[in-house]
Amino acid sequence: MTSQSLHSKDVVIQTPRQKPTARKRSRFDKETITKILFVVPAGLFMVLYFGYPVVKNITMSLQDYTTKTFFTGEAPWVGLQNYATVISSNLFGPAMLNTALFTVGSIIGQFVIGLGLAVFFNRRFPLSGFLRAMLLLPWLLPLIVASATWRSILDQDSGILNQFLGTFGIPAIPWLTSPSVALIAVIIVNIWVGIPFNVTLLYGGLQDIPEELYEAGSLDGATGWKAFWHITWPNLRPVVSVVLVLGVVYTIKVLDIILGLTNGGPANATQTIAVRSYQESFVNFQFGVGAAFSNILILISLVFAIIYLRANRRAVDE
Amino acid sequence: MTTAPVINHAAAQRNKQLRSKGFTVLGIIFLAVMLFPIYWMINASLQPSGNTLNASLLPLNPSFAGYEKAIADQGANLVSSLIISLGTVVVTLVIAAPAAYALAQFKFRWISAGLLAILIAQMIPGVVIANALYAAYNDLGLLNSYVGLILADSTHAIPFAILIMRAFMTSIPASVIEAARVDGAGQVRAFFSIALPIAKNALITAGLFAFLFSWSDFLFALTLTTTDDIRPVTLGIYQYLGTQVSNWSAVMATAVLSSLPAIVLLVIAQKYIAAGATGGAVK
Repeated sequence: MTSQSLHSKDVVIQTPRQKPTARKRSRFDKETITKILFVVPAGLFMVLYFGYPVVKNITMSLQDYTTKTFFTGEAPWVGLQNYATVISSNLFGPAMLNTALFTVGSIIGQFVIGLGLAVFFNRRFPLSGFLRAMLLLPWLLPLIVASATWRSILDQDSGILNQFLGTFGIPAIPWLTSPSVALIAVIIVNIWVGIPFNVTLLYGGLQDIPEELYEAGSLDGATGWKAFWHITWPNLRPVVSVVLVLGVVYTIKVLDIILGLTNGGPANATQTIAVRSYQESFVNFQFGVGAAFSNILILISLVFAIIYLRANRRAVDE
Repeated sequence: MTTAPVINHAAAQRNKQLRSKGFTVLGIIFLAVMLFPIYWMINASLQPSGNTLNASLLPLNPSFAGYEKAIADQGANLVSSLIISLGTVVVTLVIAAPAAYALAQFKFRWISAGLLAILIAQMIPGVVIANALYAAYNDLGLLNSYVGLILADSTHAIPFAILIMRAFMTSIPASVIEAARVDGAGQVRAFFSIALPIAKNALITAGLFAFLFSWSDFLFALTLTTTDDIRPVTLGIYQYLGTQVSNWSAVMATAVLSSLPAIVLLVIAQKYIAAGATGGAVK
């Protein structure tokens, strides 16, 4: 109280010394400047750590940018040659296919299991809130920890999964060492990591569906599956589209899990566009080629980002 | 006449209670299946050292050899990770909180453009950022530095933190801020003495997630370090994994130690984590 009244006294004393208009104007300017200063640090960070990398990736992809560049400072312009290298490389087709399979497989698995769990936890029963919160754990762990853990579980000779399957007479599966199953193994692990995210968003969507709809539905005989198809699903659709599109955007850039589990192997069976980009830049030191790969990744993300923003706007509107 | 409905009612009540108990049991089973890998990680970390994984289902004779090796090898890396994660929390809150306040309370014309930029920034693949930062850091001498890694890791957290704190600060009535301003408080004072205390919970949520995101970072640790000077523990685990794992109990012990922040925070700060999980993901 006292400091505030002192402050207002200061203002009173100052007022007669200045012309009212000048004072008003300078105060307005100061106010605007203060307001702008609130966003300057964040704006600067966004430009330096998101804007610059995107622009730099575009220019890099048009240059012959290698380790030599760091010594000589020279990165000759080569036009679209890096893109030609990317598209004509033997690994481009398989990497695109693997990216698609990995993304679609992960999302179907995460979504179906996630929706099932969300519907289950949507009922109220003792401990439901606590159990649902604990379900978040796989999502909060470092991905490299998930990779390490699953590598031990999926180990061909002594991993617990093969031992478990062995009790049913199923012969040991070389999960991470055979080119024909490695991608499936990587997808399984990514599904496990992604389930909590799906459960959380879908559960939120289910909670927003008014109880009255189900009460009205049950009078018309809509219970159980019928209620799900005629009430839950149509009302959940906006959330579903957000979950699926975000799932795609987050899944196509997955790198930690694949590097930790297989490093893109065996025999390139788990190469994706993101892995190619990393390996070209940081294993082969062909930064131009790596940048070209990552621009393809950005392009795909951008398409889905636009779909997301439209779906999200619809979800807000409705 | 009157007793029959009462009995029916009691039976229905009992039936309902039984059903809800059944759901709890089912829920525990689902959770047990989902968390089995985490149990297995802990179990494997307590097995005697060796390059095979012949673990029993229960660690009946726990051996701490794995932890001794893990702390000897990775102790310094855990400290590095801790420094980087705490640094990321500070940088994230200092940069994101004022921006969140501005986006929530000021009437700038370009607010929706700013929000759109933040949403899109969250979608940029990390490898794109790593690609460009490696070259820039190489010129600036920021490779293998705490500052470099803290700033890079902040990219995981800042867009998320702005969005989640803004959502909270939008709910502060403009009249509350106005009242303070009439009393002579400037924007800066209104921010520190009114907005921040009211948004305390959102601040805690943003800080916790900044810590977890930075602690989990693997990509920047992998690409922005070229020597062994600073090596976050995620990179330590990756190097342990190599092509052939020679000491599983040490790997799993390190994995358990790296999981502690997530496990501890989920148990003691469940409210904040749950708020972040729902709030940050959609908007």
